[in-house]
Amino acid sequence: MKDLTKIHCFGAAGVSLATLMVSALPAAAESGDTMNAIKARGELLCGVHPSRPGFAAPDDKGNWAGFEADYCRALAAVVFGDATKVRFVALSSQQRFPGIQSGEVDVLTRNVTATMGRDVALGLNFTPPIFYTGTGFLVHVDSGIEKLEDLDGATICMAPGSTTEQNIAALFSARGLTYTPIVIEDNKQLVANYVEGRCDALAKDKAALPGVRAIDTENPAEHKMLPGIFSKEPLAMAVRQGDDQWYDLVKWTVYATFNGEEMGVTLANVDEMLTSPNPDIQILLGVTGDLGEKMGVSKDWAYQVIKQVGNYEDIYMRHFGPGSPIELDRDLNTQWGDGGILYGFPIK
Amino acid sequence: MKDLANAAPPRRTRPRNLQELIYSKAVRTTFYQLLLASAICALGLFLYGNVVDNLTRQNITTGFGFLDQVSNFEIGEKLIPYTPRSTYFDALSVGLVNTLMVSAAGIVIATLIGFMVAIARVSGNWMLERLALSYVEVVRNIPVILQAIFWVVVLRNLPVPKNAIVLGDYGFLTNRGLYFAAPAANPVHGWMWLALAGGIVACVLGTIAARKYRETTGKYIDMLLPGLALILVPPLLVWLAAGAPAEISYPVPKGFNYVGGVSISPEFTALLIGISMYASGFIAEIVRSGIQATPKGQIEAARAIALKPRFVMRYVILPQAMRVIVPPLTSQYVSLIKNSSIAVVVGYPDLVNIGNTMMNQTGQAVEAIVVMMVVYLGVSLTASLVMNIFNRFVAIKER
Repeated sequence: MKDLTKIHCFGAAGVSLATLMVSALPAAAESGDTMNAIKARGELLCGVHPSRPGFAAPDDKGNWAGFEADYCRALAAVVFGDATKVRFVALSSQQRFPGIQSGEVDVLTRNVTATMGRDVALGLNFTPPIFYTGTGFLVHVDSGIEKLEDLDGATICMAPGSTTEQNIAALFSARGLTYTPIVIEDNKQLVANYVEGRCDALAKDKAALPGVRAIDTENPAEHKMLPGIFSKEPLAMAVRQGDDQWYDLVKWTVYATFNGEEMGVTLANVDEMLTSPNPDIQILLGVTGDLGEKMGVSKDWAYQVIKQVGNYEDIYMRHFGPGSPIELDRDLNTQWGDGGILYGFPIK
Repeated sequence: MKDLANAAPPRRTRPRNLQELIYSKAVRTTFYQLLLASAICALGLFLYGNVVDNLTRQNITTGFGFLDQVSNFEIGEKLIPYTPRSTYFDALSVGLVNTLMVSAAGIVIATLIGFMVAIARVSGNWMLERLALSYVEVVRNIPVILQAIFWVVVLRNLPVPKNAIVLGDYGFLTNRGLYFAAPAANPVHGWMWLALAGGIVACVLGTIAARKYRETTGKYIDMLLPGLALILVPPLLVWLAAGAPAEISYPVPKGFNYVGGVSISPEFTALLIGISMYASGFIAEIVRSGIQATPKGQIEAARAIALKPRFVMRYVILPQAMRVIVPPLTSQYVSLIKNSSIAVVVGYPDLVNIGNTMMNQTGQAVEAIVVMMVVYLGVSLTASLVMNIFNRFVAIKER
């Protein structure tokens, strides 16, 4: 104990030494830094969900597959002209924000709901949402639960730190309902708790529930989703603040997939479209104009995205369309002209 | 002793010149300690400054102001009042109380099992010794996190509430937890706990008085029964004085679960069994080593002067065994407290589980981790301190 107090006394002496050392610090990120780092490295580092079928999960050959994984590939197609130059970094929900903040990944495409709090407090910038969803509930068919009000007094399984946790607290208190949360980090344990009846309902993003139902439960027919979406969850890609050029690039890559669908430029016909007389398509595919070069990449950047990965519809249908393990209605995720809210800013 | 000290050459208290000052042992020791302490402080401050500077540059909010914000999430098990409208600080307090609860219960259970297994290990009964040995080898060689997951899986496979295992009229065992009847809530219970605490103090004082009496008069007072009476009679008197309220609250099925009585969640149970069984294996070995460390001659001597077997254990073996047992026992208690953080895997809302949620909602990972580390450090140091004080009572007293 005596030695301890001694060290405390000498702590003051250390302060002067320390102030001298703090002056040596790394410089903050500036416009272009991220792109230069990616090019020097030869691959894009993309933060994805460790295992969310449909969005990002390794397939039986160990290749990452999913809607969000394809957006990583689209970015690689823009930067390198080669959609395969991606290294996927699986991040838990705790690791995801420190992962992007510390520069462990260049972009976060990991079921992140864009919220103001995350935007202004975490030093992030969000791209336009690539997927609109909301909190949903999976319940046992034989429980007789038909609507949200039936869940009064229920035990609900959910993942820690998700917006889901806050949504349900708000949802239930607004209706004067009570519930007991069971919060488990590990997804397998979480789902097992629900399936084996420890919880009456499993709460997650509605887009993730069909995957759970189809893949993680033994008998999907025993489980159903409650009708209705109970919150706004715009899932977007996130980048660090401070590098505007990189933010622009990620943002316009998203818009390129939207515009591709809107103009009917698809994975299948993109080569024919190169000779299209439509001036908008000519600009999109880089036949005319130099918008790509102004952004710091090649002229045919959007062509590479659609050629190698596809437009929004191609990507969506590959993972959520008919015949895929997880069929999801497009709901809000349709073009503005078709009643949805996908609205790609004009590329011109 | 005094003569010897005087015979030694007189110690020089003050160096006579600069050279002597530099070469003096005291100055050198102090100098190196100062150097080391400064270097450590400098490194810490450098890291701190670096973190703050980088966070500010990236426009990431820093500081502990978020602790006063509304938490906006619900917690499943809480022993103190809490709603989603409470602050993050309140949420962390709920987590801390839960951590203390499971740790305290774990320490009691691990100690009980540990002592029983240790006594079985040295009982001389072949069967019992081998059983105890197997238990020790199994529980301490399987990672504690696997044990907790094993128990949570076992408990999850119990029947759902509507097919509950019925334990007479008094309880239901389901995969939602154990529900059992308990005395209905009554304000007198608080006073009874207080009386119990008073009874324990009285018992300790009585034992000390009895020992004083024995040491002065040589007459022995057996404090076993009077001690028990001192502990149990005060709460009983309080209960009688309050008119002996005997209302029992029974759990009854309602909605999704049972209402009434007392319930213990499977997450708490799984975590408790996991961490206390793991620790009990180590404690058993510590206790066994303590018992076996008592020299055989001591026991034989005690028997030779015709001490009753009970007194041999109480006054000859135990006091010597405790000297060996208590220091390593302290580190087992501290590691049990730290092991309780695996709650995050089984879904029990302990400090780390709630800290995780907080970290994710506020995005202030560094601060949240710092808070958790400081709290664990505080709890562990307190436990060590208490055990060190206890150790001072059982340690060899130089007379």
